This record gives sequence, C-alpha cells and structure tokens, in this order.
Amino acid sequence: MDLSFTPEELAFRAEARRFFRTEVPQSIRDKVQEGEGLTKDDLVTSQRILNSRGWATVNWPVAVGGQDWSPVQIYMYQDEMQLAHVPSPIAFNVSMVGPVIAQFGNDEQKARFLPKTANADIFWCQGFSEPGSGSDLASLRTRAERKGDKYIVNGQKIWTTLAQYADWIFCLVRTDPAAKQQEGISFLLIDMKTPGITVRPIITIDGGREVNEVFFDNVEVPAENLVGQENKGWDYAKFLLGNERTGIARVGMSKAKVIRIKELAALEFTGERPLIEDPRFQEKLAAVEIELKALEMTQLRVVADERKMAKGRQNPASSILKLKGSVIQQQLTELLMEVVGPYVMPYQRDFDGNNEPTIGPDYATEAAPMYFNYRKVSIYGGSNEIQRNIIAKAILGL
Amino acid sequence: MDFDLTEDQRLLKESVDRLIADQYSFAQRKAYAAEAPGWSAKMWAQYAEMGLLGLPFEETLGGFGGGPVETMIVMETFGRGLVLEPFFATVILGGGLLRRAGSAALRGSLIPQITAGKLKLAFAHVERQSRYNLADVTTTAKRQGTGYVLDGAKSVVLHGDCADKIFVTARIAGERRDADGVGLFLVDANSPGLTRRGYPTQDGLRAAEIGLSGVRAEAVSEHAMPAIEHTIDEAIAALCAEAVGTMQVMHDTTLEYLKTRKQFGRAIGSFQVLQHRSVDMLVALEQARSMAMFAAVMASEENPIERRKSISAAKVQIGRSGKHVGQEAIQLHGGIGMTQEYSVGHSFKRMTMIEQMYGSADDHLAALAKLGGLFGKAA
Repeated sequence: MDLSFTPEELAFRAEARRFFRTEVPQSIRDKVQEGEGLTKDDLVTSQRILNSRGWATVNWPVAVGGQDWSPVQIYMYQDEMQLAHVPSPIAFNVSMVGPVIAQFGNDEQKARFLPKTANADIFWCQGFSEPGSGSDLASLRTRAERKGDKYIVNGQKIWTTLAQYADWIFCLVRTDPAAKQQEGISFLLIDMKTPGITVRPIITIDGGREVNEVFFDNVEVPAENLVGQENKGWDYAKFLLGNERTGIARVGMSKAKVIRIKELAALEFTGERPLIEDPRFQEKLAAVEIELKALEMTQLRVVADERKMAKGRQNPASSILKLKGSVIQQQLTELLMEVVGPYVMPYQRDFDGNNEPTIGPDYATEAAPMYFNYRKVSIYGGSNEIQRNIIAKAILGL
Repeated sequence: MDFDLTEDQRLLKESVDRLIADQYSFAQRKAYAAEAPGWSAKMWAQYAEMGLLGLPFEETLGGFGGGPVETMIVMETFGRGLVLEPFFATVILGGGLLRRAGSAALRGSLIPQITAGKLKLAFAHVERQSRYNLADVTTTAKRQGTGYVLDGAKSVVLHGDCADKIFVTARIAGERRDADGVGLFLVDANSPGLTRRGYPTQDGLRAAEIGLSGVRAEAVSEHAMPAIEHTIDEAIAALCAEAVGTMQVMHDTTLEYLKTRKQFGRAIGSFQVLQHRSVDMLVALEQARSMAMFAAVMASEENPIERRKSISAAKVQIGRSGKHVGQEAIQLHGGIGMTQEYSVGHSFKRMTMIEQMYGSADDHLAALAKLGGLFGKAA
C-alpha cells in the first residue's frame, strides 16, 4: 500500500496544473469559482482550448481522439481541472453521445459527428426524460415511426439541460410500441433546427435557466441518424449511463469549494473574530472535509482497481461515489450561504437585465442560488434513491 | 499509488484470516471468555508461534518487522473475530512505547520475551480527572537515588489485570497539564506498593484500576510525550482497522439476516426501506475503510501536526460510521439483535467502546477543526 505517486505522475500533474491555470481564460475560471452561469461561448471557448491539446475527450477510444492514459492520469486531470475552476468539457458531448457514437455508430457517423463533437462545433443536449418517465426511464413514450427513409418523431422531452444552446439532441425514442418496454427503444440523433421542434424554458428555483422542455411535432429525421440497431437503444443508454465512474464524485470541485469557503470565511466577521476562527463553524467545515477526504480515498481505491480490472467490471466502492459526492457538494453550498450571512438575501442575477451595482460583496450574490440549484445533484443522473436501489440489487444482492 | 499488499503482507493476511475463521467462531470466543484470565492462553501461544506478537518489532530481535499496514491487516481480522487476548495492550501500546521510548538495552531484553508470548504489557495513563488528555497527569514521580518513586492512581488500564509489566505516566515536574514534565516509567506488576483490581469491560475484554503507593521505578523516558503521542496515534490507526473488521461483520450478518428472515410471506430484504438502509450501512463502511487505510499510511508520518490531523480525521470517520453501522445492525435485526446469545450485539458493544477510546468523534473533530482542517492552499 503506497499513496505516493511516481515522478512521472507528479510531472503530469504539474503540467496539467500549469495548462489549466494558464491556458484557460481567467474570466471563465472566475465565473466557475463564483458559481455564475456560463454562456455558450464560455463553454465552447474552454472546450476548444482543451481540444487543441487533445484534452477534451480523454475518455474516448484513442482511435477517435482519446488519450491512452492510466486511471491515475485521468484522476489527476480531473482533479487539477476542477481545482483550477476550469469548466468540465460539455458532458453531453464528451461523456455521453461521443462514446456512444464511437462504440456503436457506423463509420459515416463517426466521421460526421466525432470531430465536431470533440471541438464543440456541435453542442449536444440529451433527450431522455419525459414528463411521465423520470426514474422509470424505460416507460418513455416519444414515438418515432419509420416512414421510408425517415423517422417521424412525436412527443415531449423534459429537463433537457442547455437545450437553448444545443445544435443537436440525442434522443431515446420508442420505435416498437408492441415490444417489451426496454426492447422497443432506439437511439436517434436529431438536428435541433428541424421543423416541428419547440424548446420551452423551465425556470428553476434559483431563478436560472438551465433546463427546458423540448416538444416534437411530426419532426422528420433521416433514418441514417439512427445509432446502432433499431430497438437496441436501451443497451446504448445503459452503456452511456455506466460510462462515467470516478469523475462523478467531483472531489476536485469540492476541494476547491472548501478552499474558497476558508478564504471567504476569513473575510467575514462574527462578533470580534473572523468566522473561520469560530469553533462551531470550524467544526462544521471540518466534518465535511473528513467526508471529502474519505471520498477521495475511496475514489483512489476505485482508480487503483480500474488499472487491474477487466473493462466493465466495477469495484463496489465506485457505486457510492455519486451517492456521497452529491451530498458533499450540497453541504458545501450550505456552508457558503452561512459564510455570506445577511448578504445571502438580495436577488441580483445579471441575466435578468440587472445592471445596478452589486449589493454586498461580489462573492455573496451566487451563494443562495447555488444552494438552491445544487439540490439537483442528488436528483439528476438517477436520483440517490435510484442509486440505492441499484446498489441494493447489484452489490448487496437484495 | 497502489493499495496492493506485498507478497509477505498477503501471506500474513491469509494466515490470520484462516486462524480467526477456524478458531474464533462466536461459540469458541464464548468459551475463551469463560477461561480464567478472560481470554485464551492457547490462542496467545498460537499468536506467538505465528510471529504475531513480534509484529512491529525489528527482525534482529526476532520481530516480524511490520509497519502500520501489517498492523492494519492483523487488527482488521481481529476486529472480525472480536479477539479477546491482550494483543492491543501488549503489542500495539506496550510495543509502541518500547519501540519509541525504550533504550536499546530495554528493547533487547523485553522484545524477545514479548515475541515468545512470555511477557504481557499494559499502558496506565488514564486518571480520574484526565479524560483523553494524555498530558493531564497528577501521579507523581519523585527522584530517589538513581530511580524514582511513584505515587498516584491510574484508571481503565486495558488488560492491566494480566500484564506482567506496566508502562506508567507520572509527573516529574510542572503543573497538572504540562506536557514537558511527564515521564514514562516501567514497573513490574508485582512491585511492592502496586495494587490492582481487574474487571470486565462492556465489550467482554478486561481492564484494571491501579494504585501506586511508593512504587520504585526506573524512568524509560523523562520527556516522554512525543513518543507517547506517536504511539497513541499508531494505536488509533490500529483501532480504526479493528473497527472496520467489526463493521464488516455487522454489515455481513445484517445482510444475511435480511435475505433469510421472512415476514409478510417474503424475505424482509425485499422491502425497499430496508434495502436503502443497508446501502447506507455499506456507504458508511466503505468510507470508514478508506479512512482506516489513510490512517495506516499516515501513522508513520513524522510531522506530528500532519499526523495528528489525519489520525483525528480517521477517528471521526470511524466513530461516526461505527455508530451508524452498529445501531442499524441492531435495528435491522430487531429483537434477536438485542440478545446476548446472538453475535451482532457483541460486535456492536466492541464498536461502541472503540468509539470512546482515545477521544470520541467530537473530541477529534474539535482537534482537527482547531488545526485548520484537511484541505488548504497546498491542496
């Protein structure tokens, strides 16, 4: 047992740190640090910088632009990216549709989509959830009917993150209503400019516009946009959802938040002393730090194991990464709210056309919205209750 | 970075696992507990034979030459078996003090005896007023000739009833809580003026109250606190590993029960509310395991602040996870979990005592918070 890294690994970490902190514009990283919403331009700019070095799609197969990295390198890459407040590459492109096309798409689709997906020339969004199909995703009803060389798509998707930025959407659609639920689903790529698609924003409790409803009204999709085989879409969706293992814990991001909370708590006073010197506050923060350290160790155990395990097998510890990681992220947003005190109250988000001078310190404006917004992390990607169902069945054998 | 065991460590683990699996069933443990000293002399002899009693000592003195990882391996397995013998008191506490504070001559004379199973040690440091403060010492050490004379009383001395020699902290100089004036002494258990009263602890192990009235002793170290603190940090890391073994058994036992116990016509493990609760037990266990590994790695750290922060963090995690897993294990078993005849309650009791040893989760959380937490600018 040895927790030290090799000189080569440490050199890699130093280079990743340098790259993220010098190549990605400070203005974008500041926004991430303060939890401000990123524009499409921010996300695309950042991803293109990463992609120029082959660092946007490190998880892809090497033949289509991935990196032949060890799990330790991938861990360090993620950790340094998050510590530097660099936005993660667009998840819909890099973690979701890219690997699916690389694995199950035909050569034409790979050539047509993968380079543009890597470079964010195409901005993807994900059409999975529907109003009646959340945790029970396989009950989805959006219909795609084959007519000659086209599919005619009718139905509705919901919680579609950043659909307002998206050029394309990858959808799960029902192609065989007679088959058993999981067996009548296909994976379809749809150009968002196709007539019949309507995007309607959903404003979340923090006042932000992240998610949308997407309506399909007789949308014509060329049959060549089907990925893999018809009615096999559920398998591809499972592949997609099982793809990200260790990054999901967001340990680096949470470490960066702890450090930021400490900096800010030194600026805020409670009575005679800075909040950071208040024993009760110190203890609350230390309690989360311990959970985070334990999670980082758990993540390293999974990383170390991945080096030895056949692809597809998982260390049981990996399943707790999302469960625990999401709760830690949420707890840190609570502590940040506590740091800013009364300045948690003014609602002053820029995108509502508010050009007045900031009330209170700049760092206070996003504290409450971030807290409200982060309630999502234990809901999306399979709620924590669904995660528990999965662990109970797959790991505990209950 | 890897979490792999070396070939020697793997062999050690296999042999200790086998020993506990074959000879430390719940029924066998019950029989050992009923023997005169409250543990099994036969098992003690086997530990000696296997080299376990020499685990942390240098090979030149007949030791195993193990470090914190070897300790973790043995303690985790002992935690599964709820081992009763004075291994922790003799090898981890006594052995740690001997290694860190003992002279070459003392080590040379005692280590071979310990390794052979012929010498049991204990560490007497708790006093009525001290709680977990190792430097809060009112027992006095007065110089007399070349040696010292000890007067005072020590409490809750783990396996102090059966120890042949006892390490004792006593104040040479300074005020009640001054770390500087604390000396470490080694006394024979049958020294004139030493009285002891042995008793069982809640978890079925043993401890003693010890009186010291004009007891003659040689100083092992006159400035002993750094060595004592490092030894206790190592001991906490060892307890973290033991706790992981104990939690693992509680989780396994509970899972087995959920799969076999039927109510309302089906296995109760088919109920979602119980599934989710056993998943939360698993999460608590895995987080504890991660921190026990962290503690093992950091136990040999020479920077006392970094070491202390890491050990405190681990103790908090073990305490919280242990309480959660233990309480849930009893609850999910229902009535059967409440009985002396069933194993899970005994694991729960051992886990509960570990939570209280060398500072509760709250004590260690406060200590870590005061030192600024784990993540800083350098992270």
